[in-house]
Amino acid sequence: MENHGGPIDGSIVTVPPGFTKDAVIEAIANGIKLLVIVTERIPRGDVAGMVEFADLHDARIIGPNCLGLIVPEVCKMGGIGGPAKDAAKSYKPGVVGVMSRSGGMTTEISSSLTAAGLGVSTAVSIGGDAIIGSTYAELMPYFEADEQTQAIVIYTEPGGRMEAQLAEWKQENNSRLPIVAFMAGKFMDDDEMQGMSFGHAGTIVEGKEDSAKEKIVRLEAADIKVVERIDEIPEAVKERIAK
Amino acid sequence: MIFYEYEARKIVELAGIPVTKYGFCQTADEARKVAEEIGGPTVIKSQVLTGGRMKAGGVQFADTPDEAAKHAEDILKLEINGHMPVGVLVDPKAEVKQEYYASVVWDGTAKKPLMLFSDMGGIDIEQVAEEHPDHVGRGHISNLLPVGDYEAKQVIAATGVTGSQLNRATPILAKLARLFRDNDMILAEINPLAELTDGSFVALDAHMEMEEEAVGRQKQLLRQELGIAEEDTRDNYVPSEFEKNVKAIDAADHRGVIQGKDHGFDGNLGLVIGAGGGSLTLTDAVRNQGGKPANYSEIGGNPSVAKACGLAKEVLKKDGVEKIAVMMSIVSNTRVDIVARGVIKACLELGKDPADTIAIFRIPGAWEDEGNKILDYYGVEYCDRTVSLWDAAGRAVAKIQGAAA
Amino acid sequence: MSGSRSETMDAVFIDIELDEPAKSDPELAKKLEEVCTVGIFKASDAGTEIVQGQLDECVLCYLCVDACPAGAMRIIKKYEN
Repeated sequence: MENHGGPIDGSIVTVPPGFTKDAVIEAIANGIKLLVIVTERIPRGDVAGMVEFADLHDARIIGPNCLGLIVPEVCKMGGIGGPAKDAAKSYKPGVVGVMSRSGGMTTEISSSLTAAGLGVSTAVSIGGDAIIGSTYAELMPYFEADEQTQAIVIYTEPGGRMEAQLAEWKQENNSRLPIVAFMAGKFMDDDEMQGMSFGHAGTIVEGKEDSAKEKIVRLEAADIKVVERIDEIPEAVKERIAK
Repeated sequence: MIFYEYEARKIVELAGIPVTKYGFCQTADEARKVAEEIGGPTVIKSQVLTGGRMKAGGVQFADTPDEAAKHAEDILKLEINGHMPVGVLVDPKAEVKQEYYASVVWDGTAKKPLMLFSDMGGIDIEQVAEEHPDHVGRGHISNLLPVGDYEAKQVIAATGVTGSQLNRATPILAKLARLFRDNDMILAEINPLAELTDGSFVALDAHMEMEEEAVGRQKQLLRQELGIAEEDTRDNYVPSEFEKNVKAIDAADHRGVIQGKDHGFDGNLGLVIGAGGGSLTLTDAVRNQGGKPANYSEIGGNPSVAKACGLAKEVLKKDGVEKIAVMMSIVSNTRVDIVARGVIKACLELGKDPADTIAIFRIPGAWEDEGNKILDYYGVEYCDRTVSLWDAAGRAVAKIQGAAA
Repeated sequence: MSGSRSETMDAVFIDIELDEPAKSDPELAKKLEEVCTVGIFKASDAGTEIVQGQLDECVLCYLCVDACPAGAMRIIKKYEN
């Protein structure tokens, strides 16, 4: 850090899982306030420890297991959208904030918004792990404060209760931003697809909120539009903005 | 990684939590010896990685060592929910005054471990939480700071436990919380935690589960203390031929990642799809448009031609597969031309015409122009990012239904 | 398909031609083995051997072409014919 000329705004962490926690804590201890963790397969205890350390230092972590974030034609942190010339094809400046648990789907959805003429204000690949630095609800205040953003699109999957948290946030904060959600992996609800279930102690925390069906009910109760098909997203956003 | 009861008890014991003088036995003779050492009534418990032991007859009580040996012999032969026991645990029959419940689990929303305690132990904690919420105490612990005994005490006191019971249970819950953190557990549960007639507390049964991602750094506990062999992964899942083959192809080459599953799938449309989110979206899109997937797969991280080829071949070799759909969400790392080469090569090597076998190729992104040249040359139908994942899946379904008609 | 045929075919997509005398140059062979990330070239005292089974893995980086004397090597995309 001492050898670096000017102040450093952010850090992208790609070191292997065994070294990630140390790298992140080093960055935060040296005053970096925004970290994108690309590395996957980091034990939960390490992730939670980094997040707690970040909270103590007023720093924000995006990821782990994510592709980063992009403000089209302004800046990009992480591999999101690929090399700049590829990213430019999918991401044009616009009015929609995108948050996605899948890195690839961040670009897929943004591309459809760009093609529909809506464009993207900021897109964040938030990461696919059980514990991540920034959830939908935790990023909402930033979008709420961003004048360019007029609507939010989220991509979500079964597992965890991040969507329930977003639904609660929306109801409690009377947000100005309409939210459109797309839920992938509905086939996992089928009986023949059931994999390992949570233990009893786990389910009393997560509740039944983590199946696709339960999540959709919860989101819709909070006036979050859940589209059935991925290609319905741009139209749903237009309708909601017009309301 | 899930642990047997005898291992979970050992983990608890290593953390300084009192347990009964139990013994793990793999023969009736060993069980007799342990019962003799205990010198009183015993409980013989099947060691299986499944619930419902009691109902299945996997837990028996014995008054004498001979009886203990007889029960051990029976239980060692008893299959429970398709699992054969790895042994039995011989435990002194405890004189229990009251049963409690103690556990630590992850709370993903708070991003912290959560301590749970109840004075209604021995039964299903889910039921207690629903019917008697005032009998369940909860409290988060830090991931950075030491866990204080007082934190555990607050959780226990919230259930109305006071006096010497509170003082005795407090270090147990605090130690459980520390072991959860130190050993990278995702579940650490003592149920029941028993108060004996003499006032002492012991862990009568324990359930532990370690996070898979942490197994590599917990070698000391796993290999040294518990003697669990490296190849013993406790994975009860029996992979299919297809799943095994795909895994072997993936392991043979470090470039990129491919995964394949066909558990629960038996359709005629093979899916060579990616990445994580794209695969989930595409599988839904195929099914919701009346298609019958033969499998699920994930391609990611820019695999080699050989890997993409290997996956496509395995899908094509599955019984009943007529065509494959090759589809991904927009790729930025994985190369379109490399995947195109892989899937076309798979067709050619199996003596199939790529144009006829590949129902649709929809992978936009890195090196797409080069990929399109290859697809054009072999006459494979492809589409770009202006065609949604839903429509691409629909085209594949229409094609295979047209072929079947 | 016929049971006797091997399941793995030779290169379908890519061919590489390397002219003499560059092909017999053991120094160049070593360089080629080093620059290729997918193992297409094998160096020996006799020069460069092109590993047929690896040709389709070519990622079109052209580091090998750059390593050779101008015009000595050509990467042929068979699908461009």
